[in-house]
Amino acid sequence: MALSGIQIFKYLPKTNCGKCKFPTCLAFAMKLAAKQASLDDCPDASNEAKEILGAASEPPIRLIKIGTGEDLYKVGEEAVMFRHEKTFYNPCGFSRMIKDTDSTDNIKLIISNLNDFVYERVGQHLKVDIIYIKNESGDKDKFVNTVKLVQAGIKRPLILDSSNIDNLKAALDICADKKPLIYAANEDNYETMTALAKEKGCSLVVTSIQGGLEALSVLTEKITGLGFKDIVLDPASKSLSSLVQELTQIRRAAIKKSFKPLGFPVIIFSGRYSDGDRLLEANISAIGVSKYASIIVMNDTSREIMIPLFAMRQNIYTDPQKPMQVEEKIYKIGEANEDSPVLITTNFSLTYFIVAGEVENSKVPSWLVVANVEGLSVLTAWAAGKFTPEKITKLVKESGIESMVKHRKLIIPGYVAVLSGGIESKLPDWKIQVGPREASGIINFLKNYAA
Amino acid sequence: MSFTIPKEIYSGKIKEMSVGNGDKSVKVGGESTFPFLTFEGEIPNIPRIAVEITDVYPEDWADPLKSVYGDIMKDVSGWAKYVEEKIKPDMLALRLIGTHPDRQNRSAIEAADTVKKVVDAINIPLIILGSNHVEKDTEIIQKCAEAAKGKSAIIGKAQEANYKTFAAAATSCGHSIIALSDLDINLAKQLNILLTQSGFPAEKIFMDTMSSALGYGMEYTFSVIERIKIAALMQNDTMMQMPIVNDVGIEAWKVKESKDTTTEVPMGVMWEAITSMSFLSAGGDMLIMRHPEAVNIIRKTVNKLYIK
Repeated sequence: MALSGIQIFKYLPKTNCGKCKFPTCLAFAMKLAAKQASLDDCPDASNEAKEILGAASEPPIRLIKIGTGEDLYKVGEEAVMFRHEKTFYNPCGFSRMIKDTDSTDNIKLIISNLNDFVYERVGQHLKVDIIYIKNESGDKDKFVNTVKLVQAGIKRPLILDSSNIDNLKAALDICADKKPLIYAANEDNYETMTALAKEKGCSLVVTSIQGGLEALSVLTEKITGLGFKDIVLDPASKSLSSLVQELTQIRRAAIKKSFKPLGFPVIIFSGRYSDGDRLLEANISAIGVSKYASIIVMNDTSREIMIPLFAMRQNIYTDPQKPMQVEEKIYKIGEANEDSPVLITTNFSLTYFIVAGEVENSKVPSWLVVANVEGLSVLTAWAAGKFTPEKITKLVKESGIESMVKHRKLIIPGYVAVLSGGIESKLPDWKIQVGPREASGIINFLKNYAA
Repeated sequence: MSFTIPKEIYSGKIKEMSVGNGDKSVKVGGESTFPFLTFEGEIPNIPRIAVEITDVYPEDWADPLKSVYGDIMKDVSGWAKYVEEKIKPDMLALRLIGTHPDRQNRSAIEAADTVKKVVDAINIPLIILGSNHVEKDTEIIQKCAEAAKGKSAIIGKAQEANYKTFAAAATSCGHSIIALSDLDINLAKQLNILLTQSGFPAEKIFMDTMSSALGYGMEYTFSVIERIKIAALMQNDTMMQMPIVNDVGIEAWKVKESKDTTTEVPMGVMWEAITSMSFLSAGGDMLIMRHPEAVNIIRKTVNKLYIK
């Protein structure tokens, strides 16, 4: 748990020597509490202080890495229950289930679909993040061959699942250097599984046969007692309602109670609760995105399932303090040509999306000039002095719009009608036209405008 | 260290509202905990689903919606009946989009006539929605409310500029109100205060904090709902304890992605389902939806979450 400045102060030498560059130990303690200084700056800190303050500064939920190099996926290190309190940091990973009982052709097809499926949205390239290989057959060769097949076909972080430790060892023999996540340690096998994960430098899923969070935390304590901390939790909840409750309880115990035994990311399997219904599986995954799952394993990763889930994850993991922005440029909507209307708006992503969407729905091909006002909406940007006649003039002159259209008519948002005069005096060739105040009026405006 | 379930203590409770009459009446809200968390509070009513129809043929609806209903969309009472019988939602939402001045600009009398037809066609509770054109809604709502007098319907959406007209119409005809605010927790509270100060009972207000679609600002709605529920349940703020309605269908089907019909299940169906699920996870009490398959997905999920 985070300590207060006063609590930290107790462990400092109280010499006010100033070597840390702060005038007093108390001032330094306050900076430590605010995470604006590091204990390393105090040369006289005792070992006891380092240990206690070190543990207190550990994130409440451990950061776990799956894979290596370019194929690295990081989960955990979350700090809040509600995204508006700060932000959700490390987006949950979507993982595709592949079973070694599937035919080779089918597995190849899945792999080729996963390779083909890269979706671009708000500047991010989104794809299924992780591949989950399950030793459903119980057969060693089948498992190893499936791992080989996947490795040869696609580069993604892996999760290896087998209840047979020899089969896991055999699979790790060919891919341990890729640092897959291993599934799973339980009450019966945790000592050998922990030893294996330690030896290979991999992270390990922990799940309790007995079930329940009490049993799960007893188990993780035994494993951390063996000197191993790279743990992912599978609560193995009995029903969907207990899953969502346990996800909340785990997050709360870790963040609000500093309960270390559950301070790890959580993996969920949406298919356990979906009765084979792939649309229900997708919707259950959606609950996982907003309610604290870190890895979501799915049996179906079709486009119509993943694209909404990608969008949802982007939304939920957006930093509420940093508005999402789009690039400053001229956006072509529909088959716009040299006679098409020219509209201008600001680069707050929500503003852009709504305006662009309405322009598109009007079916009137248009040019949308988007001004970089540091992600503010039209009215806020105007009030902040960022959406000004000078800014707009500069953009019109430098964006190249003057060579893209023959006419010289610029439509500005209705809320900033007051800018028209200022722009016209700076852009004498251009006629400024005032568009609707709300995006909902754009369709009608453009239809009449074109007519 | 031994594990104890970390529980929150809630000092407040969402108001429980009743809509409609007789055995088809529906209760909404009433929860004393965050969504799903029945281990630390009561959730007496599962989230409710209303299915939307329109007074005029909705030319602008996406193809997957048009094809699911076909020609029945041209007959408002037939459409209403079909929804009640085949989709079996908790409520029916009639959106009087044809009254919008940019659409057919239908009069108050025409709108009221449509409401009457729908009232006669169905047994489930009715939500009467204007076109969100502030002036036009003001003009039509009294007559529309009268056409459903005594049915304990919900009328909407009252905004800051016309809430008095809505309050008067609802009071004279025994209806509840949906109060619409602009994605801002303070504006939402402000409108509730204005309504109650005008004498309208707090127990008859639903809040619509504006539902942005997935990928198009959903996170703003999501966090506004979460913050309202925190204020309502943990700080016992009585002006935030109204159930929340999410008008999802209209937003989810407007976005570019929902026009994609190249997939096995139309993308819009999943867009609507997952937008809806997002709001339910934040604390929404009621959804207004469009596609039967999206309704089906939400219903299955909700049953698994709440019905043991």
